[in-house]
Amino acid sequence: MGAYILRRLLIAIPSLLGISLILFVVLALAPGDPFGELAANPNVPPEVRAALRLKFGLDDPIFTRYLRWLWAMLHGDWGFSFASRVNVDTLILQRLPTTLFVVGSSQILALLVAVPVGLYAARRPYSLADQVANTLAFVGFSLPTFFTGLLFILLFSIKLGWLPFVYQADLPGTGLAWAWENVRQAIMPVAVLGFFQAASYTRYVRASALDVARLDYVTTARAKGLTEGTVTRRHIARNALIPVVTLVALQIPAVFGGAIVTEQIFRIPGIGSLLIDAMLANDTPVVMAVTFVFAGLVVLFNLVADLLYGWLDPRIALR
Amino acid sequence: MTDPILSVRDLTAAFRSDGRWREVVHGVSFDIGPRETVALVGESGSGKSVSAMSIMRLLARDASRIGGSVRFEGRELLAAPEAEMRRVRGDSIAMIFQEPMTSLNPVLTVGFQIAEALIRHRGLSRAAAEAEVVRLLDKVRIPGARSRIHQYPHLFSGGMRQRVMIAMALACRPKLLIADEPTTALDVTIQAQILDLIKSLQDEEGMSVLFITHDMGVVAEIADRTVVMYRGRAVETGPTARIFSAPEDPYTRALLAAVPRLGAMAGRARPMRFPVIDRATGVAEPTPETPDTVRAAERPVLEVRDLTTRFEIRSGLFGRVTGRVHAVERVSFSLAAGETLALVGESGCGKSTTGRSILRLVEPLSGSVVLDGEDIAGLDAKALRTRRQRMQMIFQDPFASLDPRMSVGAAVAEPLLINRLATAREARERAEALLTRVGLPAEAAGRFPHEFSGGQRQRICIARALALRPRLIVADEAVSALDVSVKAQVVNLMLDLQAEMGLAYLFISHDMAVVERVSHRVAVMYLGEIVEIGPRAAVFGDPQHPYTKKLLAAVPVPDPARRRDRHALPDDEIRSPIRAPDYVPPERLYREVSPGHVVQDWGSDWEAAATRVAAA
Amino acid sequence: MAGSTLASPSVEAPPLARAPASPGRETWRRFRRHRLALASVAVLAVLVGGVLFGGLIWPLAIDDIDFSAQLQGPSWAHPFGTDDLGQDLLARMIYGGRISLAVGFAAMAVASLIGVVVGALAGMSRRMLDPALMWLTDLFLSLPQLPLLLLVIYLFRDSLKAVFGVQGGVFLMIVAVIGGLRWMPVARLVRAQFLTLREKEFVEASRSQGATTGHLVRRHILPNALGPVIVAASIEVSAAIIAESTLSFLGLGFPPDIPTWGRLLFDAKDHLDVAPHWALFPGGAIFLTVLSINFIGDGLRDALDPRRVL
Repeated sequence: MGAYILRRLLIAIPSLLGISLILFVVLALAPGDPFGELAANPNVPPEVRAALRLKFGLDDPIFTRYLRWLWAMLHGDWGFSFASRVNVDTLILQRLPTTLFVVGSSQILALLVAVPVGLYAARRPYSLADQVANTLAFVGFSLPTFFTGLLFILLFSIKLGWLPFVYQADLPGTGLAWAWENVRQAIMPVAVLGFFQAASYTRYVRASALDVARLDYVTTARAKGLTEGTVTRRHIARNALIPVVTLVALQIPAVFGGAIVTEQIFRIPGIGSLLIDAMLANDTPVVMAVTFVFAGLVVLFNLVADLLYGWLDPRIALR
Repeated sequence: MTDPILSVRDLTAAFRSDGRWREVVHGVSFDIGPRETVALVGESGSGKSVSAMSIMRLLARDASRIGGSVRFEGRELLAAPEAEMRRVRGDSIAMIFQEPMTSLNPVLTVGFQIAEALIRHRGLSRAAAEAEVVRLLDKVRIPGARSRIHQYPHLFSGGMRQRVMIAMALACRPKLLIADEPTTALDVTIQAQILDLIKSLQDEEGMSVLFITHDMGVVAEIADRTVVMYRGRAVETGPTARIFSAPEDPYTRALLAAVPRLGAMAGRARPMRFPVIDRATGVAEPTPETPDTVRAAERPVLEVRDLTTRFEIRSGLFGRVTGRVHAVERVSFSLAAGETLALVGESGCGKSTTGRSILRLVEPLSGSVVLDGEDIAGLDAKALRTRRQRMQMIFQDPFASLDPRMSVGAAVAEPLLINRLATAREARERAEALLTRVGLPAEAAGRFPHEFSGGQRQRICIARALALRPRLIVADEAVSALDVSVKAQVVNLMLDLQAEMGLAYLFISHDMAVVERVSHRVAVMYLGEIVEIGPRAAVFGDPQHPYTKKLLAAVPVPDPARRRDRHALPDDEIRSPIRAPDYVPPERLYREVSPGHVVQDWGSDWEAAATRVAAA
Repeated sequence: MAGSTLASPSVEAPPLARAPASPGRETWRRFRRHRLALASVAVLAVLVGGVLFGGLIWPLAIDDIDFSAQLQGPSWAHPFGTDDLGQDLLARMIYGGRISLAVGFAAMAVASLIGVVVGALAGMSRRMLDPALMWLTDLFLSLPQLPLLLLVIYLFRDSLKAVFGVQGGVFLMIVAVIGGLRWMPVARLVRAQFLTLREKEFVEASRSQGATTGHLVRRHILPNALGPVIVAASIEVSAAIIAESTLSFLGLGFPPDIPTWGRLLFDAKDHLDVAPHWALFPGGAIFLTVLSINFIGDGLRDALDPRRVL
């Protein structure tokens, strides 16, 4: 197991490097001078522009530039946002907790819905309950988050007036009322993101549980006289979740994509909306840094999935 | 007879498919007395496993329907509520299954899986259950039980897993053990050990056994009474000895005629066709003698010298070579036109790899393969393609050996077209002629593989192999997956084709009884090496190497009168051909005991085993 | 080993009475049983027909500004209502739908092509190419797709517009980027199929009869690997449609004068309170298209690949 963790960690490093290289090459291949627009921007003093050019050494060979950029990124020297006139790392650290909160709660919600529903549907395949769950799952992942978001706002904020549709990270006040306001404003974004993921996870869990339910050791368990509940929990669920972990890991990039959309709809001040704002403001250092943070988060959560996988499957130690 | 412990009356089972109910078991009745072993025997599709699952009520409830009556100790099981049935399962009736590799949950320790039934039915605490599990593992003779209970199933071999399954079944001292093909997936020596174990545990525990199998040899070894099943019906029931000595039903007669009996060929030099018995009437057609096909005077079709194939095992972060599979190690033999050489051995002995190395489907490491006087081991890809026309292969799995998206006619014609030996029209005509030759209607050419049964597909594969008029056919377990009666027909076809075309067969098989029937010469393989080779009569009649003796002793004989005491077989496992990267295979010496009968000098590791088998 | 394949039917098969059942016919028979998929084919046909030929029946111009008919709900004159400039939404949706669907199918084609080539190369290679390609695939799989998509569009938008014109440039870029970031599932699938199929006995049989690698891939491996690829490709279409709509919805896809469905939603989202129809029609169209494609994919899965349930 120790060797397995070490191996996974060692594999994560080259993929992080690979991602950073791809990002940098995209930036370097971009036509024209990525900082050229600054010249036209009257808000940026010429000395800042010169400093940036010098710092990024735009006339050096590309590989040197990549190494220098990487070195700077590793040192936490992520540059300066000229739209908001703060250091990029400060800006991101400010915004990151909100994103992690929304994404984390929505994933928990998704799994809380998907695992029981998927297992239940698989216990009685092609029954009415299964078909309803299956059809709902199809509807769920065919509804893009931006559309569900708008539908939710239309229904719960505009028509019913139950929930606020603008998210505030720094709600004033304290106490229970304040906590409740925080929960209230998070309900819609978390639900939009959570149900979208829950729909596809339900399909994964169901399919995987169906595959496992046919296997001989499930018959063996029944032949021991175990109750259906024990058979499902102990023999089906545990094995069925192993491939689900891999599939959920593959969804992580999509989850962060969904987070960008939800943040945009509900005006959540997370790093997703930061990215969009920075793009609309041509704030290149922020764009690069946020994209890189997203990449890092994806790699990090993939690593978590790998560890979970190793914990679930005792055979992993052999590989 | 005392009251039966299990009494099955008019059992029916039906499955729903595509919205329609299809009955697969039509009114089966039998009894099992206390301490009695009853065998349910039949070919695939006869409904024997479904019957067993119906008794336990383990078929999927929504998609199956069970009728009739199953009384266990006087209690009707089919009418019992599900909760009561659960108390019976694993407690008074236990079950073991065919596939030991998939019957254990991979993410739970074996100890826990055995303890589950004890905790559920006996209400034992975890600690008490653990002590009991150790006792059970000792009982099924798993060495080092105390340390192995915390291990996961993937660390156990197939035979060991089946022992775990038996321990699990015996946990609550059941009155009845249902064993569904428990040895089918195992090698013959391991099968002998497991049968032995089941028999001795049955004596100790005083339980009854319902033994489901397709293997008449196993039936003869183990069963007191036998129920023969055919197409969902019990066609004949009676004491095993009577069924074997005087079968009444035509199907039973046909089945027994098709079963090869080890030792039946003593005193014959040539292969022999299987007798063909009409399933409806039970009348035997005359069995023609096979002609002498071996052209010993000519240069052999195939001469293999020092063939060696190894596979590297890489692991770790940087893919270092951490071991090597010595699959084939300095194998030498020759094969004449019209001759059948059988390569026999258990799984992992390298017999299949030898066949593939000869065709260079896997690349051998060293050695020479001389086909009609030309060494093909060093040929480039293009030259090799033309030489391959003269050697063809037939594979084990008739379902995987035909492209599902290609019509049968196209599959048979393909080799002619690939090698540009015929126009499309000629190829089609030739394909139809070949299909007729192997006993299929010419219209079969327009059909697709999924419309054919296993035996028919194997005939199609033979037709395809014959399309290029090869000199040599490598038959890799070609009849192993087929049911007995179909197996007999395909073997007969192969013998006829040999007589007609002078084909040389390299017949790779684990089935000693079939090998005895079809081969002129036999080579026994063990851990990648040939340990004994010679004329079939000599190897079977006067085996020299301890491994050959062990292999022959393990084969179940379909004759209850010759049931032997098996306790002599040691409980060792089949050794693995995986070695450390720096392993250098020892230099082997061979001696000729009689003309053409050559035996490897076995080292000291065989001495102990040799004396044990000899003493038996 | 001993007789591990017991599934073979014992009885020598029944006489061949029925008409030959080719795999194609079998596939259609199984597809037909999936009723939702069958209905989805009809729905998708209506949608595709609508955007392709709807312009003939509903010839209103997409940029006909009419300030007297701002933000009107559905009526006979404007069945889907109007936007804040009084432009007819039905006409805009017919026009924009063409772009949305074209992006979906073109991006699917790009993704499938790259995926099949990469997967086939990896699946047939026996040396270093396979691990290298798989490392690349895994790397691409762990890229944050939407941020990267946004980044590429952000950086390259202007220069492509200059070369290919507004519509062509953005179209090419979006198709290339979506396709270029979504080929990995197809590649993995194709590789897995190739790895299984190339060891299959029927492939070995053909090889031992003197077939070249090219022949094996063309005649045996690729045709048999194609089923799951078609299923994956159908899902790719809906994923690409969603990706394009997302970009447009974030205001970074097509410009306002090309009213793709996502772009219509982007424009509509600030008028939800007064003109919900503006968002509901294009959103519903995206949903219906994606749903029917997903159901068709499910039906194809049942038909082509009955073993996999996922």
